[in-house]
Amino acid sequence: MSSPNELTLAEARDALKAKTLSARELTSAHLDAMAKARALNAYLLETPDRALAMADASDAKIAAGEARPLEGIPLGIKDLFCTEGVETTAGSKILKGFQPHYESAVSANLWRDGAVMLGKLNLDEFAMGSSNETSAFGNVVSPWRRKDSDAPLVPGGSSGGSAAAVAARLCLGATATDTGGSIRQPAAFTGTVGIKPTYGRCSRWGTVAFASSLDQAGPIARTVKDCAILLASMSGADARDTTCADLPVPDFEASVGRGVKGLTIGIPKEYRVDGMPAEIQKLWDEGAAWLKAAGATIKEISLPHTSYALPAYYIVAPAEASSNLARYDGVRYGLRVPGKDIAAMYENTRAAGFGREVKRRIMIGTYVLSAGYYDAYYVRAQKIRTLIKRDFEAAYADGVDAILTPATPSSAFGIGEKANADPVEMYLNDVFTVTVNMAGLPGIAVPAGLDSQGLPLGLQLIGRPFDEETLFAAAQVIEDSAGRTQLPAAWWA
Amino acid sequence: MSVDEKTVRRIAHLARIAVTDEEVGPLGAELNNILAFVEQLGTVDVSGVEPMTSVLPMAMKKREDAVTDGGRADAVIANAPETEDHYFLVPKVVE
Repeated sequence: MSSPNELTLAEARDALKAKTLSARELTSAHLDAMAKARALNAYLLETPDRALAMADASDAKIAAGEARPLEGIPLGIKDLFCTEGVETTAGSKILKGFQPHYESAVSANLWRDGAVMLGKLNLDEFAMGSSNETSAFGNVVSPWRRKDSDAPLVPGGSSGGSAAAVAARLCLGATATDTGGSIRQPAAFTGTVGIKPTYGRCSRWGTVAFASSLDQAGPIARTVKDCAILLASMSGADARDTTCADLPVPDFEASVGRGVKGLTIGIPKEYRVDGMPAEIQKLWDEGAAWLKAAGATIKEISLPHTSYALPAYYIVAPAEASSNLARYDGVRYGLRVPGKDIAAMYENTRAAGFGREVKRRIMIGTYVLSAGYYDAYYVRAQKIRTLIKRDFEAAYADGVDAILTPATPSSAFGIGEKANADPVEMYLNDVFTVTVNMAGLPGIAVPAGLDSQGLPLGLQLIGRPFDEETLFAAAQVIEDSAGRTQLPAAWWA
Repeated sequence: MSVDEKTVRRIAHLARIAVTDEEVGPLGAELNNILAFVEQLGTVDVSGVEPMTSVLPMAMKKREDAVTDGGRADAVIANAPETEDHYFLVPKVVE
């Protein structure tokens, strides 16, 4: 039998239930794999004592016949979710040493359902990045390599640690967050599945805020079904987040096998961007053919404001970030660097504590919100969001059930390859994913094949508000048609 | 719209981020690139369009005006760099 960390989450759940595997064995297998994979730098903090204690508690529950939905399932937690008594850094020096006295709503939901915490996962600083190269605690190395090359590749970002850990079998699933593509882009780069649910599906309470009107938590896992299982636990109403929807959580797992017969899948012509690699166009066509073969109707649609989503995002997200990150002032938590007076203390603390990309975005945000510019930039960008949202609403009103697009404009690139690029070039990674955040819709990235370099490529499905079920159903058809991605052998171990 | 060095310093001060003389030039160039990128939004007709507020029309959740939390001063100050008697300590503000 292969090592238990090679199982899918659903398989592990069944094995635990059948008592052919104990939670302690399952957790230990992961802790061993993590110890051998430190070169990937996916985990910022491993919590083996806590993991084993949680696993033992799960074994007791299973023995007593009281197993909960995720009993004994070992997970990694993106270090943007506050975990009580466990250091939470958001990938930033400014939060080094921060020990929350509370648990984020999403992680608390997972522990309520019996999951086991393996540790905290690396990410771009404050989730600002598309390659995990802005983390203050080092790059994450993707478990993937190009054919005949050992050049280290990025896992994508900002949930790079989550995606790398899932692909490298260092957890059965991971929490992640997505503000402009931070779940779907790393999932696509690592041959894993990631869903950003509808804005409001998961509570944001206790998750370090980046851009509050865009941030949404979701899972990354190795199969569509595993993502459905995790999202069911992560979701749910929460009185502490006024933007969290008071809606019941559907049985996501049941929707996975529903198929796409009778559904209409839209193909937006505006996503055929200039310079898109032929391989990606081919994969996109293939994805449409798979859905058609499974009984869906394929229809070309138009989302005319697509090209404005990314520039509008680079107003809205930095503006909200500049407000949210004002709290890091060296007074209540985190780093403090003294100065001659209180203003100098703030300025020195923030200069030393924030990295370049974070400073750049705070500055842009401060500029677009400064006196005289608010209407011209922020309000205009929010109006453009309405137009982007209307594009989708028109497509859905016209009978489209879900929309199929590529997940990313390329496969993973090398660490440092874009180091000297203009920031805007890095931002283009999110060109297919960011529209979904702007409109608040659910989106899933699912592996669909490998490119000529042997690297994974993903497709994205976009759904109606609070209709993640259709995305799981359609993504499963793609997973079945493409075949599960063969993850790379453990060269790092 | 183009950001000059003086504006970079003013924005940095508003954002309470100390910048060195060497950082001002490159930061200004990067900010200008981003501002040039978002310039295209000026061509969109947004007349009569409301700014987006939520995905689905939804009433803001309200709760009773009651004390629901508190009495955790130790936890609140536990991560602070400098404290005294449940107060956060900062450099002197008023002479």
